[in-house]
Amino acid sequence: MKTIKRWGPPVLLLTPSMILMAVFVYGLIVANFATSATDNHTAAQATGVQPTVFVGIGNYLDLLASDAFQHSLKNLLLYTVVFLVGTMVIGFMWAWLLERPMRGEGIFRSVYLFPMAVSFIASGVVWRWLLNSNEGEQALGLNRLFQMVGLDFLQNPWWNNITWGIAAIALPAIWQLSGYVMALFLAGFRGVPVELREAGRMDGASEWQVYRHVIFPQLSPVALSALIIIGHMSLKAFDLIMSISKPSNYQTKVPAVDMYVFKSSFDYANSAAVGAILLIIVAVLVIPYLIYTNRKEVSGR
Amino acid sequence: MRRIGVVATAAAIGLALTACSGGGDGGGDGDEGGGGGTDVEVFTWWAAGSELTGLEALEAVFAEQHPDFTFVNGAVAGGAGSAAKDLLQTRLQAGDPPDTFQAHAGAELTDYIAAGQLEDVSDLYTEFGLTDAFPQDLIDLLTVDGNIYSVPSNIHRSNVVWANPTVLESAGIDPAAVPADIDAWIADLETVQATGVTALSVATTWTQVHLLETVLMADLGAEAYIGLWNGETDWTGAEVTGALEHFETLMSFTNTDRDGLDWPEATQMVIDGTAAYNVMGDWAVAAFEEQGVERGAGFVDFPVPGSDGQFGFLADSFTLPVGAPNPDGATAWLETVGSLEGQVAFNQAKGSIPARTDADPADFSEYQQSAIESYANDAIVPSLAHGAASPIAVLNAVSDATSKFTTGGSDLATYQQELAAAVG
Amino acid sequence: MTATTTPAAPGVGELAPAPRRPKGRFSAARTVRYAILLFSLVIVLIPVYVLLVTSFKGPGDATPTRAWALPQLWIADNWITAWDTLAPAIGRTLQMVIPASIISAFLGSMNGFVLSRWSFRGANVVFTLILFGMFIPYQAVMIPLNQIVLDIGLPNGVPTLILLHVIYGIPITTLIFRNYYESVPHELIEAARMDGAGMLRTYAWVVLPISIPSFVVVLIWQFTSAWNDFLFAVFFSTPNTGPVTVALNNLANGAQLQNYGVSMAGALFASLPTLLVYIILGKYFVGGLMSGSVKG
Repeated sequence: MKTIKRWGPPVLLLTPSMILMAVFVYGLIVANFATSATDNHTAAQATGVQPTVFVGIGNYLDLLASDAFQHSLKNLLLYTVVFLVGTMVIGFMWAWLLERPMRGEGIFRSVYLFPMAVSFIASGVVWRWLLNSNEGEQALGLNRLFQMVGLDFLQNPWWNNITWGIAAIALPAIWQLSGYVMALFLAGFRGVPVELREAGRMDGASEWQVYRHVIFPQLSPVALSALIIIGHMSLKAFDLIMSISKPSNYQTKVPAVDMYVFKSSFDYANSAAVGAILLIIVAVLVIPYLIYTNRKEVSGR
Repeated sequence: MRRIGVVATAAAIGLALTACSGGGDGGGDGDEGGGGGTDVEVFTWWAAGSELTGLEALEAVFAEQHPDFTFVNGAVAGGAGSAAKDLLQTRLQAGDPPDTFQAHAGAELTDYIAAGQLEDVSDLYTEFGLTDAFPQDLIDLLTVDGNIYSVPSNIHRSNVVWANPTVLESAGIDPAAVPADIDAWIADLETVQATGVTALSVATTWTQVHLLETVLMADLGAEAYIGLWNGETDWTGAEVTGALEHFETLMSFTNTDRDGLDWPEATQMVIDGTAAYNVMGDWAVAAFEEQGVERGAGFVDFPVPGSDGQFGFLADSFTLPVGAPNPDGATAWLETVGSLEGQVAFNQAKGSIPARTDADPADFSEYQQSAIESYANDAIVPSLAHGAASPIAVLNAVSDATSKFTTGGSDLATYQQELAAAVG
Repeated sequence: MTATTTPAAPGVGELAPAPRRPKGRFSAARTVRYAILLFSLVIVLIPVYVLLVTSFKGPGDATPTRAWALPQLWIADNWITAWDTLAPAIGRTLQMVIPASIISAFLGSMNGFVLSRWSFRGANVVFTLILFGMFIPYQAVMIPLNQIVLDIGLPNGVPTLILLHVIYGIPITTLIFRNYYESVPHELIEAARMDGAGMLRTYAWVVLPISIPSFVVVLIWQFTSAWNDFLFAVFFSTPNTGPVTVALNNLANGAQLQNYGVSMAGALFASLPTLLVYIILGKYFVGGLMSGSVKG
């Protein structure tokens, strides 16, 4: 009797979501691993006309051994690094500069932040133009701007470079999300208790020393959050690449694009395997973070 | 009391489900095309431009020939057919095929055939008298294990060079003198490049594959080129190496922003005079005509040097899917597609040429007449970039290797190996 | 992560201001500070300039040499073309986004309430399991998801996308609501309990009414993320049936002759709703961002 009264309602409210999560997150992850362990590479198999055979981790081994997929992984890594460093450095710098109240603060903040309200597809339209790889007379976009301001030497092929091209795709991403990181850090700065600062100053610390030894350490949880959020967003490179480059362009391939291309050509097994590899990468990063957060909350209670 | 708990839980699940489906109904616009007894859903990616005009012309002929049936336009826009193919894939998988769908004729159908999604229509060829109306080369290309799975509506030629005569003249090249082979053409390209204009315009990966196929045709000749697809020509041989070297040289004359463009922009460069040459299928003629550029004065066209006497073939065709809701209607549609009247109406509007050889060339434009003539006389060879020569998976692998090569990710030897592996 | 802000907390600007140092220092530091901020401002606004200027240019005005110049003639044609092309897709996006946001907000609020107030054994595990759904790359479920959507038999496009946004919105909405309810004074709910109200009644009569601020945050969040989604859209719809991101990508990146003017006008149309939300409700928007992350 009592148990039902205690347990019934919470279960009642939670159940719909728990079932949906169980099926659409965990169930599908399992199903995806199952598909990725078969030889489901053709249309006939995808549609169930011909049988599939269990091949274990064969697809993973093949993928990881192929030049093309290694190139995609390398691109993903480079993109993530540039994206992370760019947003963290710029976002932190803006937050630091705006930390103390000043004239025009609201305008700066709003302008820095607005790009994140825009979809990657929409911003990709502009960045496609800005990142046009023509140089010299035919130059458009940023290359043309560089010519106009006398910085000709900065002209470059942007994303049309086999090694560094993907870093150019990170530019729009930095443009969109630096403001977000700024907002996070700003909240962190403002969250530092006034007494701490004052105490530091009382001890005769210089302004820089107060920052260095009192305030910055307080920001590390914010920095960690920002790293996790931005790091996991780097998978969204998909939208930007689809909008700026094209899925078939080798120089800008990342696993998410490979996954899309495999799916379009009925190669479900490889498509699923690429998805699974992305999941594993994310899980390695996020699960420790979730456990850490969870522990901290429990101990904080 | 416990029972109540269970009931309540079940009710909650029910609620959640109805909430979902309720939301679903709210936005549903239905996907019921072709369900009725007279409706014929025709699934294409012809949603704009001359393709749409062509489809409308075909629809008019269909209404005349088969007044009992109602044409339902199932066109899906986007990505040069890729959005349509993705959706088609989903619908076939869900057992919800349209009555008939557009597909490139030839090897691209392999996937659908292997998946058991297409009916053999060779009986219809006999019934409608198509066996004699289409050239034998074409029938051979369409035949898989003695069966035919689609009716071609139109033919395009892939191995065509489009050039801007003004640009050529200012570089000191006679626009009327067609280079005899790729080497001679490369000499001309060098001359043009020296004047500071982009010598050869190209666009994203598939147009590079398109260029590659025409170079292979030019260097290997019809027989050896066809051999690439049936295993008789060795992909690792010296002939192919030579063609790939030519391809590499040709790519060095192209615009640097190519990977960000699609074919209309590359062709536009020739129209605008910012590039001298462009290799593209003969749908490009529509781009010139739409802008009032005239053949001769405004543009010249010729087969890719060295591929004279070959007709790089690709065709759109219509199919009869297994489980089509209205097979009689689909059959009627296929009859219209194959009929002389249908082919003439459609191709006049679309700018391609009829698959039938009995059409009167006088009904067509000057360029189309020249294409009709070479279609009748030349060796018909299948296009790689447009699904006539190989299944989608092979084409994808070739595209990957090509994009890797042209962006500098592999050297020529590796490229050749990867191509061999892709096709092999 | 310790709770530093509450979801409905005001935006950054409303947070406690830092102590002000004595005024009147015309220091070099201050000048440098303004210089950097202004320079950043210009850089951030460059794409906006390009977007606006190009969208008003006629076809002959888009040559490389005039790329950065103002239009010679300000023409609205691009805007008309873009609107004609995208209007149906924008309508579909609204049909999709509104129900998706509302349903997932309610689910999130129910979960958040239970997980923050009726803590049972394993509540934290359940919460973490739900939260993980926020971080999974959707690529990792796409292939079987495709199959399950086929099995359910929902038509491609809006109906399917509503379902997906509702489901995959559960983690973030649960997180935001849970964090909000954690900050609600215990006494309020305890008082209701004293009155003998059951959990469901407490939820309906006490909790829901005070959840308005959180609902605003969640609705804004879901609205913008569903509006801007491309991944689900490209897998589960076509330009004919899909939301504006797919239609815009087709307009800007399809096989038609590239027309930057029209694409850019289209990009602005596609961004207007989220920009409006941002401008009008920016305060909550920032609050929503923070609650979604600072408290991760």
